[in-house]
Amino acid sequence: MIRLEKRKQPSQVWSYLTPILAVIATMIAGGIMFWILGKNPFEAIRIIFWDPLFNTQFASYSRPQLLVKAAPLILIAIGLSLGFRAGVWNIGAEGQYVIGAICGAAVGLAFYPMESFIIFPLMVLAGAFGGFLWAMIPALLKIAFRTNEILVSLLLVYVADQLLASMALSTLRNPDGGGFPGSRNLQQYPSAANPELIAGTGAHWGVVAALIAVIFAYILLAKHKLGFQIKLAGQSPRAAHFAGVNTSVIIVVCLGLSGLLAGLAGLFEVAGPAGQISIDFASNYGFTAIIVAFLGRLHPVGILLAGLLMALTYIGGELAQLMLGIPLAAIQAFQGMLLFFLLAMDVLTDYRPVIGKAKVV
Amino acid sequence: MQLKTILTTATMALGLATAALADGHEKTKVGFVYVGPVGDFGWSYEHNEGRLAVMEEFGDSVETTFVESVPEGADAERVLTQMALSGHDLIFTTSFGYMDATMNVAAKFPDVKFEHATGYKRADNVSTYGARFYEGRAVIGHIAGKMTETNKVGYIASYPIPEVIRGINSAYLHAQKVNPDVEFNVVWVYSWFDPAKEADAAKALIEQGADVIMQHTDSTAPMTIAEEAGIVAFGQASDMKNFGPNAQLTAIIDNWAPYYIDRVRAVKDGTWSSMDTWDGIAPGMVELAPISDKVPADVKAEAEAMAAAIAAGDYHPFTGPINKQDGSAWLAEGEVADDGTLAGMNFYIEGVQGEIPN
Repeated sequence: MIRLEKRKQPSQVWSYLTPILAVIATMIAGGIMFWILGKNPFEAIRIIFWDPLFNTQFASYSRPQLLVKAAPLILIAIGLSLGFRAGVWNIGAEGQYVIGAICGAAVGLAFYPMESFIIFPLMVLAGAFGGFLWAMIPALLKIAFRTNEILVSLLLVYVADQLLASMALSTLRNPDGGGFPGSRNLQQYPSAANPELIAGTGAHWGVVAALIAVIFAYILLAKHKLGFQIKLAGQSPRAAHFAGVNTSVIIVVCLGLSGLLAGLAGLFEVAGPAGQISIDFASNYGFTAIIVAFLGRLHPVGILLAGLLMALTYIGGELAQLMLGIPLAAIQAFQGMLLFFLLAMDVLTDYRPVIGKAKVV
Repeated sequence: MQLKTILTTATMALGLATAALADGHEKTKVGFVYVGPVGDFGWSYEHNEGRLAVMEEFGDSVETTFVESVPEGADAERVLTQMALSGHDLIFTTSFGYMDATMNVAAKFPDVKFEHATGYKRADNVSTYGARFYEGRAVIGHIAGKMTETNKVGYIASYPIPEVIRGINSAYLHAQKVNPDVEFNVVWVYSWFDPAKEADAAKALIEQGADVIMQHTDSTAPMTIAEEAGIVAFGQASDMKNFGPNAQLTAIIDNWAPYYIDRVRAVKDGTWSSMDTWDGIAPGMVELAPISDKVPADVKAEAEAMAAAIAAGDYHPFTGPINKQDGSAWLAEGEVADDGTLAGMNFYIEGVQGEIPN
């Protein structure tokens, strides 16, 4: 009989092995699903995992796109992970992302058609500040009235969505757009655009910011006193209290930073890949980033890899639809399997499978 | 010298490739991008029916692909680029929100032909096409005006873009002609396909007393709710009779198949050129599902006569006198709306309640 025995310490080896095992398990289970659908499972899995990276026809385009798709996820997830470590649950990054985009785009559009090198930096500041302010609402309410930040931040997403629709339809609407909703396209306004920095790499300022955020978060958590306090507040609130950690500061810092990073992600997206404020600009990056944060074990490097993996399944999934005619629902089920196995395999990090009867302690 | 040789070889290779395509030796590859799932039984479903018709028409000489539920924005641009990279000759982008993405990708791949539905931006390799859905809306507006007993028609709208506003105006105009007391209650759901939101909107409208539901969204949810509530509704984009066997009075059906077949043939023949197509009932791009027996015979006859008059070109749904919502004059007696104004319509006509969201 197989039973699980708790390890005294989480296993280092298994914490590295489980992601690989999970990917293999997903390939097997997903392969069976594709086979039942009448598709060649080997081809499907090759297209999802291999072709976006190495196919001679696509890779030169889809490899950079991986960065484009992963950057906002990583940027947001890094911010969220700090809060999640401290037990501050910001579920509303989607809203902060949208507000950051609106504020940043509004600054850029206010200058139109002036050209100046100062415009883009101002937009970046406005985007970060917008996301920060939106996250301060749940933070201050939590400090002043002990409201639940999960609910407040989540509900503010819907407020942000309504604001977005309103902006696309009135304040920021393109006056030359023939009555159609949506702002001017920032890609076509050089001073406000967030273009590829080096052609063919996909790397725009958002990718740079995501990498800086990863390094910054790593140093913060590993070396800095604040990082220690964040971890302590999450692991043992009472101990943190006795150690003189100010809970209010932790709440402001965690929500503020995650809001700021989400706002930045929104700004880089609206000025770059998306190009304009439109009614459906929000694309669930704020929610997907929650998955990315946990998939990356709340560790900065883990989040970097998790963000890239998520992006890979999106892009590979599109290719599989295109080339094999696999329905979207099956692709989504496949992505779900990957998350399921990654989290399920976690059990091996904390527990050891043992064959035989339980020892009497 | 060497460079010149390379260039000459490349040009020759290109020439050969093009020739092969024109001769029909190579399969024509046609891609479709859908905003909803092919199983929405509404908008995307009909575009996919068009794709299937292309396959049936050309058999082995074409290969078709599609990607469904592609969000309008950065994702669309990536999907389109991947299609262009994988050797597609012709790509149909079947939602208004793909406009900028289509233009961007088309500029990078001048040899690939693009067809953008319901948009207004064109290029040498980008055509636009749309249907005069407002012709169908006029007919169902007429039926709605006759059928409503509470004088309240519930209207589930997607985005406040000219196409949707035109539909509201056309339906209201013709409902109000036969029933001066009729009121339209418009709910905006800001999505083309969101069955839960559409269902909620339908329920709210019914609670407010609507006994006829019209929709300009892509799912069958409003039809299902109307069926449950025992009231009547109109199908949108597809015949939705299976989802409301008692509720559906008729449906506006988008029939893209003839257009898609024409355009694929044009690519195969090498005669494709950029153009703007806006067809209605006459060539069959807009069809009406069989009118339900619930509709009294005289109303049915009137509706069919109106559709026939529109098809024959004897009647234009926007014929004056029509005032704008604020009471200012738009069309004088007997004046017919021009296509330019219709294409950019961003105002309600007189009598429509509420405001266009802004």
